[in-house]
Amino acid sequence: MDIRKTFLEWPVVRQLTGGDPLGRGAAVQSAHTKAITARTKTADRVVRSVCPYCAVGCGQRVFVKDEKVVQIEGDPDSPVSRGRLCPKGSASTQLVTSPGRATTMLYRAPRSTTWQRIGVEEATDMIADRMIESRSRRWQDTDEQGRPLRRTMGMAALGGATLDNEENYLIKKLFTALGAIQIENQARI
Amino acid sequence: MGASFGRGGATGFLQDLQNADCIVIQGSNMAECHPVGFQWVMEAKARGARVIHVDPRFTRTSALADTHVPIRAGSDIVFLGAIINYIVSNEKYFHEYVLNYTNAANLVSKDFQDVDDLDGVFSGYDPQTGKYDTSSWAYDANDDEPAGDAGGQGDESEESASSRSAGHELGGHGAALEHTKVKRDETLQHPRCVFQVLKRHYARYTPELVQEVCGVTPEQLLDVCEAVTSNSGRERTTTWVYSVGWTHHTVGVQYIRGSAIIQLLLGNMGRPGGGILALRGHASIQGSTDIPTLYNLLPGYLPMPMVGTHDSLDEYVAQIASPDQKGFWTNARTYTVNLLKAWWGDAATAENDFAFDYLPKLSGDHGTYATVMSMLKDEIDGYFLLGQTPAVGSAHGRMQRLGLAHLKWLVVRDLNLIESATFWKDGPEIETGELRTEEIDTEVFFFPAAAHVEKDGTFTQTQRMLQWHHKAVEPPGDAQSELAFFYLLGQKLRQRLADSTDERDRPLLDLTWDYPVDEHGDPSAEAVLAEINGVHLTGEKAGVPLSTFNEMKPDGSTSGGCWIYAGVYADGVNQSARRKPGREQSWVAPEWGWAWPANRRILYNRAAADPDGKPWSERKAYVWWDSEQEKWTGHDVPDFELKKPPSYRPPEGAAGPAALRGDDPFIMQADGVGWLYAPTGLLDGPLPAHYEPQESPISNPMYSQQASPTREVFSRTDNYSNPSGDEPGAEVFPYVFTTYRLTEHHTAGGMSRWQPFLAELQPEFFCEVSPELARQRGLVNNGWATIITARTAVEARVLVTDRVVPLRAGGKEIHQIGLPYHWGIGGDAVVTGDSANDLLGVTLDPNVHIQESKVASCDIQPGRRPRGPALLDYVAAYRKRAGITLDTGNELRNLASGANGGSRSGGVKEGAS
Repeated sequence: MDIRKTFLEWPVVRQLTGGDPLGRGAAVQSAHTKAITARTKTADRVVRSVCPYCAVGCGQRVFVKDEKVVQIEGDPDSPVSRGRLCPKGSASTQLVTSPGRATTMLYRAPRSTTWQRIGVEEATDMIADRMIESRSRRWQDTDEQGRPLRRTMGMAALGGATLDNEENYLIKKLFTALGAIQIENQARI
Repeated sequence: MGASFGRGGATGFLQDLQNADCIVIQGSNMAECHPVGFQWVMEAKARGARVIHVDPRFTRTSALADTHVPIRAGSDIVFLGAIINYIVSNEKYFHEYVLNYTNAANLVSKDFQDVDDLDGVFSGYDPQTGKYDTSSWAYDANDDEPAGDAGGQGDESEESASSRSAGHELGGHGAALEHTKVKRDETLQHPRCVFQVLKRHYARYTPELVQEVCGVTPEQLLDVCEAVTSNSGRERTTTWVYSVGWTHHTVGVQYIRGSAIIQLLLGNMGRPGGGILALRGHASIQGSTDIPTLYNLLPGYLPMPMVGTHDSLDEYVAQIASPDQKGFWTNARTYTVNLLKAWWGDAATAENDFAFDYLPKLSGDHGTYATVMSMLKDEIDGYFLLGQTPAVGSAHGRMQRLGLAHLKWLVVRDLNLIESATFWKDGPEIETGELRTEEIDTEVFFFPAAAHVEKDGTFTQTQRMLQWHHKAVEPPGDAQSELAFFYLLGQKLRQRLADSTDERDRPLLDLTWDYPVDEHGDPSAEAVLAEINGVHLTGEKAGVPLSTFNEMKPDGSTSGGCWIYAGVYADGVNQSARRKPGREQSWVAPEWGWAWPANRRILYNRAAADPDGKPWSERKAYVWWDSEQEKWTGHDVPDFELKKPPSYRPPEGAAGPAALRGDDPFIMQADGVGWLYAPTGLLDGPLPAHYEPQESPISNPMYSQQASPTREVFSRTDNYSNPSGDEPGAEVFPYVFTTYRLTEHHTAGGMSRWQPFLAELQPEFFCEVSPELARQRGLVNNGWATIITARTAVEARVLVTDRVVPLRAGGKEIHQIGLPYHWGIGGDAVVTGDSANDLLGVTLDPNVHIQESKVASCDIQPGRRPRGPALLDYVAAYRKRAGITLDTGNELRNLASGANGGSRSGGVKEGAS
């Protein structure tokens, strides 16, 4: 007779006889639960990351299987967060994998009522053309007293607090070289 | 922070909160907005620390604190001022610390007059321009110098002062002084010494005034005063924690100054369990000011040059720091040259001032709100939104969205189809009929962006620590990182202009823009980090990364894109990627990530030791002078020259770092000490003084001057303000509202309302009201309410809760309403709703051009708001009823006979000196 099919397997018996007197762990685990393997166990690799929400900067471990993110957990090694994540950090897997996430380049023409599909390369070319034109249209060599300004007022940018330092560095560097000064981010807001 | 201590940014680190004996959280709901960081507050509490939460609302932070002090939003300076008054009048300050490490003994110019002498303004105010000539705030120079010269700012243009001080509170640096030969009174008795000026200034900030203005009882105030003073000194330390509950005010910078003064008086700066912890709300908001996507800054808090005052490299450097002052800012030329070398490489030579003239010049405020107003005038063609959605996240959403409709082209790069990308088809103005899709000329490009796990790079979190995140997977579909996009865009722009001979194109064509790429053509983030860190260009060490900014040279032999980040790539190793487990290190954890500057975790930590270099107490030992090894040592990297002994006294005529004494702990300050009083560098006053918010139901009881006389107002038909105080019509908007965040959402919702989990947890926009207010206005729990200001009306679900309590202030019962601001209309988010930010107008702090979004006045009515064009009529009717005109709320100077000069409470003036 299979001992596991007897009353000895009842949770209350396991609770009283096993190492889980409060019934919070193994004693109350069902066979079904026992058979489940955590996604974190079967991942191909674990990549170290940082939570993208607030500025506490909690450590994250990103579990990847078949080149897809399957789970994001807190990193217990982090001296700041000690493995914890808040509801947002815990939901960051969904930030990456949510079916509602936009992954398609879209273009809306002037006065159009709909989006249309367009290639990223083509869109980047269109933007480069517009930047050159707007830069030139709104170029200011000097102020009214003849002092050098060397700038354009034709374009502006907003964003950066959610971006990487390296990205902000290239953004500031490129816009400054173009003479565009109206570059801002959330720190002002 | 910059104006008080010399550097922006939090002065300590989260884990160090555990060492505090008392923690005051004010202007922050840390438990809900920084929940994981809050564990360190709980650690401190478990060790016996007293935790105090000062906030208009009872939140989870209050629930876990020992004490919650409900306060009227917008009155914090009175509360802080009363603590200062208590400390000074009861002689509870840390005398030795104050005398040696602050400017308490310095004498202030004879010309200085305080707000009490001039009915609400400091000396130097020009009612025509609404600005100060700050020269009378200066120190009193020594006899051999003409008086009033020490401030050194009198001959500067206002624009220049603006650009520099704007940098300060966004993380900037201590202001310049001509020199440091200042009259002092070491007894602190001279009537014009900073200490006595401070004492007089705050004498009016009595418990009675606190009750009158803040709605806080004298007992509650006294309890806080006793807690912070009994938990400060040699043996004990107190930490102050704030976040945007302080910065989002017309006097936001002065709120922070208030806590800086307290922490200096109590001797809590630079010490474990002390300091001021600024909690930032975005993964890299500290990083985005260090390496700024901000108009007024260059990397490392160097200012963007201003036309007229920064026309050459020499003028520019001279404006940042006088060669005769103390501290590390005298190396500004070195830092600037290294940046220019990083950007323009071989084209930057000593002969051409390292291509300084390649930098475009500013001529005023080019901040985001100024930009939107330019859009509305059709002065801007194109706009890039990079992970930010002003249609929901910025104050006055309607102005933002109407601005977008004026653009020729708009680029939105985000993870989700946010409201700023779809305003043209489903924004609120389409419903009201103000915009018609078929008439909006704006071309919109939506680029899907890569998420944090789909790219390499660093975030700089709230304690100035850079942490590298590794790429785990490729971005899906068309998504790409900003790094890849901007690198490619730069290449395309350079190709298009490659044959240009136009001088204006030289900065772009000479730009160093060549990074190694991977198999997808994406640039290496590590190579960019190495450029930011800096490198030796010539000599034996050519090609070797810089180890610290002290290796930088002003002659072009080194380069480095952000001097404060020098060292993050020391030895060619990505120090930000270090992940030695916390449990295997000291509690300071210096081998996890890398903190600027020089991996220092507590700033100004020289102040953790007494003037002789000994710890103030064994219990609070942190960094000290080791007389045997003849160097500074301790638990952290000393924020001081390692080999400079405490006894060091600079020789006559010394300047820069060499002029810092062995007991000058604030090494970025022009005089090496913390500033209780700011003789220069701020535009709205050398000491925090109370002003009412732009919109307030009560009159300022302190003087005729109602609101800050230097706040930036915008008198426009799309930016009406509600009447305040005794003005007719103020009764139409009798309530105060404040905006805030929930744990389950992130700012405007772009990273949370698209996720089913988070959307389900917090599905709807709601308003928190007290049972008393609910009765007064007939609001029903879980029903609808409409909240109205002069700008618009929004609807929200009603949450009746005793978490908000009515307070008595200004002789009235004040009801406060809490509004989380995460929702927006339009887009394809899982949950949508009206946006609290639409209620706000645009009124700004003059130092940093940040809007007042944490307090305004409103009305609230039961039921849903009108739809379509009827909404516009509804709000217009409110304006009419309140008699609102373009002048309402926009008068900068109020004199006794003026519109705001009505009844004043005589009682509180008894406290005046």
